[in-house]
Amino acid sequence: MNLAAAVNENLAHYSNVLIYTAMAVYTLAFLAHIAEWVFGSRSAVGRTAAAITTETAAANRASATVRTAEKGGGTAVLERPKVITRAAAGSRDVPDGPGASGGTEQGDVYGRIAVGLTVLAFLTHAGGVLTRALSVERAPWGNMYEFSTTFGMVAVATYLVLLALKKNVRWIGLPLVTTVLLDLGLAVSVLYTDSDQLVPALHSYWLWIHVSCAIISGAALYMGAVSTLLYLFRDRYEAQLENPESKQFRQGVKSVLARVPSAASLDKFAYRINATVFPLWTFTIIAGAIWAEAAWGRYWGWDPKEVWSFITWVAYACYLHARATAGWKGRKAAYLALIAFACYLFNYYGVNIFITGKHSYAGV
Amino acid sequence: MSTTDTDSAAEKAAEAADETADKAADSGKAAEERELGAAGSQLSTAPVEEVSVPSLGPLGWARWFWRQLTSMRVALLLLFLLSLGSIPGSLIPQTSIDQLKVQDFKDKHPTVTPVYEKLQLFHVYSSVWFSAIYILLFISLIGCIVPRTWQFVGQLRGRPPAAPRKLTRLPAYTTWRSDAEPEKVLEAAQRIMKRRRFRSQLTGGAVAAEKGYLREVGNLLFHASLIVLLVSFAAGQLWKTEGSSLITEGGGFSNSLTQYDDIKTGQLFKSDDLAPFSFQLDRFHATYERSGPQMRTPRTFRADVTYWDGADGPARKTSIKVNEPLEIQNYKVFLLNHGYSPVVTVRDGKGDVVHQGPVVGLPIDGANLTESMVIKLGDYRDKNGKRDQVAYQGQFLPTWVRSKGMFSQFPALDNPALVLTAYHGSLGIDGGTPQSVYQLDKSRMKQYREPDGKTKFARALAPGDTMKLPNGEGSLTFDGIKSWASFQVSHKPGDQTALLGAVGALVGLVGSLFIQRRRVWVRAARGADGATVVEMAGLGRSEYAKLPEELAELAVRLQTDAPPAAEPEDGPEPADPADPAEGARA
Repeated sequence: MNLAAAVNENLAHYSNVLIYTAMAVYTLAFLAHIAEWVFGSRSAVGRTAAAITTETAAANRASATVRTAEKGGGTAVLERPKVITRAAAGSRDVPDGPGASGGTEQGDVYGRIAVGLTVLAFLTHAGGVLTRALSVERAPWGNMYEFSTTFGMVAVATYLVLLALKKNVRWIGLPLVTTVLLDLGLAVSVLYTDSDQLVPALHSYWLWIHVSCAIISGAALYMGAVSTLLYLFRDRYEAQLENPESKQFRQGVKSVLARVPSAASLDKFAYRINATVFPLWTFTIIAGAIWAEAAWGRYWGWDPKEVWSFITWVAYACYLHARATAGWKGRKAAYLALIAFACYLFNYYGVNIFITGKHSYAGV
Repeated sequence: MSTTDTDSAAEKAAEAADETADKAADSGKAAEERELGAAGSQLSTAPVEEVSVPSLGPLGWARWFWRQLTSMRVALLLLFLLSLGSIPGSLIPQTSIDQLKVQDFKDKHPTVTPVYEKLQLFHVYSSVWFSAIYILLFISLIGCIVPRTWQFVGQLRGRPPAAPRKLTRLPAYTTWRSDAEPEKVLEAAQRIMKRRRFRSQLTGGAVAAEKGYLREVGNLLFHASLIVLLVSFAAGQLWKTEGSSLITEGGGFSNSLTQYDDIKTGQLFKSDDLAPFSFQLDRFHATYERSGPQMRTPRTFRADVTYWDGADGPARKTSIKVNEPLEIQNYKVFLLNHGYSPVVTVRDGKGDVVHQGPVVGLPIDGANLTESMVIKLGDYRDKNGKRDQVAYQGQFLPTWVRSKGMFSQFPALDNPALVLTAYHGSLGIDGGTPQSVYQLDKSRMKQYREPDGKTKFARALAPGDTMKLPNGEGSLTFDGIKSWASFQVSHKPGDQTALLGAVGALVGLVGSLFIQRRRVWVRAARGADGATVVEMAGLGRSEYAKLPEELAELAVRLQTDAPPAAEPEDGPEPADPADPAEGARA
């Protein structure tokens, strides 16, 4: 019985073409994002963002007005209650930056083009992943190439969904497109494996559950990590605004940092993502344990992959606890979040490539 | 935490405005902070951090030590150590996973081996230091959640704390003037809160309401579940049995110690605990990838077995696959590995059968299933009837390609060959020293030669072929091939509890991260001009971004009972030095 016959060579070929096309479109999106940042840096808003930031720091009250309510059967509109919010004591109440375009029209046009191109690239990318799956008639995550392409796809999907929900995430566009390009580049050059069937150990519906959760967790945690990294820079930048005598960033760096959301927003965004994904990552490990029980006869055997997913889990648990501990909030917690994400990355690349264990079917 | 200069300037302004508005004498900042602290307290039962050094006495020290151990900072430190401590186990070979690799590592690194051994780095996860970390962590955990549970029970029995005097200082605040009676407004507020499933109480002219207690329940459930998980994992380790057995097609296994090729048992396991069951391997099927870069990778493994549940239960048939173990009496039988056993018949010089049956070899090349094998014949007669000892040694190749040498080219039986040479002399088994069945001590053996006397005697056999030793010393017939499969038979108590713990942890985690605990206060009092001033304020964790939205929704709802009245020209607006619109955020 020749199972390789089941591989539809044609579809596998289309999949490769689609992935390469997606990479080309991502490159265009990357250039458009660069243009957005460049035009944004020339804007008056960009230049004066620093000034605005310092001024509004004094106004530590923001308002959020609410929708109106209908009264009885009539349409009499009530006066909206004006809710005044206060930042927690001790935190700076700095407004978010204007975004990559710096509020310039030209920058904004390029930004919109970049988002449009990202959507196009994402569709091509998703097509590539789908045809790959169809060509082997299974979940497209049996080896590192497939895992990487799906990972990039889910990261972009997360970003686009957040955009569609009108969340303030356009600032993440450039780093995201850059990493997705890197991820796909690595996938097609170093990690490439021909479309093929799976080893018997992977023939299980747990593949769908366990690996898809791992991919979604990773893609979302990546967004959290980018936000955390930017938080560290932006936080320093805001500290410099408060204390103009201290050592300052160079003007170019300042221009970029002035346009990203405030440190508090970045930190909150990162926390929300990490806290939302943490239960999913916990579930990934539990699902993996249940699968391991069925496949290898033990749910936990300290296999390198298991060890590192445990380390990643503990590192994120550390981060979540640190955020609730006096003296550990802010930068220290942020460093922990970055360490935790580094553990995730090592678990993926490091463990698959450098360490042999029961998860060595990467095809590298 | 330090407040910025601009911050405190704004606060001072607010302070000044407040002070002129009402003439209370004690509205010092400190007092106010204290009051706010009381209202904000117990929004979580997180332990209060204290770093004070104890006064004196052993009891004092013990208390101090206990406080430190159960503090969040030490728990954090232990968590961090736990992840750091796990790292070496993933980089250094572990005896619990692969003893051969450990031996290999020890041979290659003679200098660091004694150090590693002293540090127990070859069995990190059962080492003293690793155990110390997680035991301390779990003691810290218990020391944390037990008092928190009591505290939480206390909170459940109590009522939400009363409103702070200055609601304007809370993270979300709204106010309006209404013509409705203050009592009616508060009544309505309490009704609304109740409908929205807030716990509420009316104290001091204000409604205090709280919601989201399940967050704390989730938190406690999560941590308690972790303890359940650890205990069941430990139980599994203490009472487990895990052994393997190699079975040739037609052969069987019954669950007793002697039937295992090797067995690992937990410290508290007793051999009487082995449950009675048995199974027999009827047939083994395997298919392999035939082309492409993953050629030779196994595609399907299936072992068809007949099994008997209990000492004399009825025979049942099933198949065991890689992800589908046979479950029988809380035991699981997993398919581990497979290979081939050539079936041979050996006759001595007199023509008597001295061996008949499958021979198990030692896999030597992994993917292509080449096996090296030795057939030792201790009781052998030459053609004259004289005692002798003979051994056949060689390799079995499932797919032999003559031009490619003595290693199989593919794992399936495409062109099976048994390549053998033979020795005679003394096997060295008469002294009673145990020997490996896979190795031949050739020190007192002489290899047979071809009739020309120069070349060494060797033959390649296809199934059905017979090789005859020179000078009529005997023969070996390659009758056929049987597959063998190795099985892991394991029993681990506590698996179900561990799963329960895991699920509990997950549910608790979701609750503790996604449910928001928050408080809302509504105050209604008659103002100086006779109108009712309604004030609402909310308090939640800083991560709860929806607090203003929720407060506004409640306010809109309350306004149907307390419709806003027209603002007087210079009404007593709440202290608000900056125009709220200026710092508006989307």
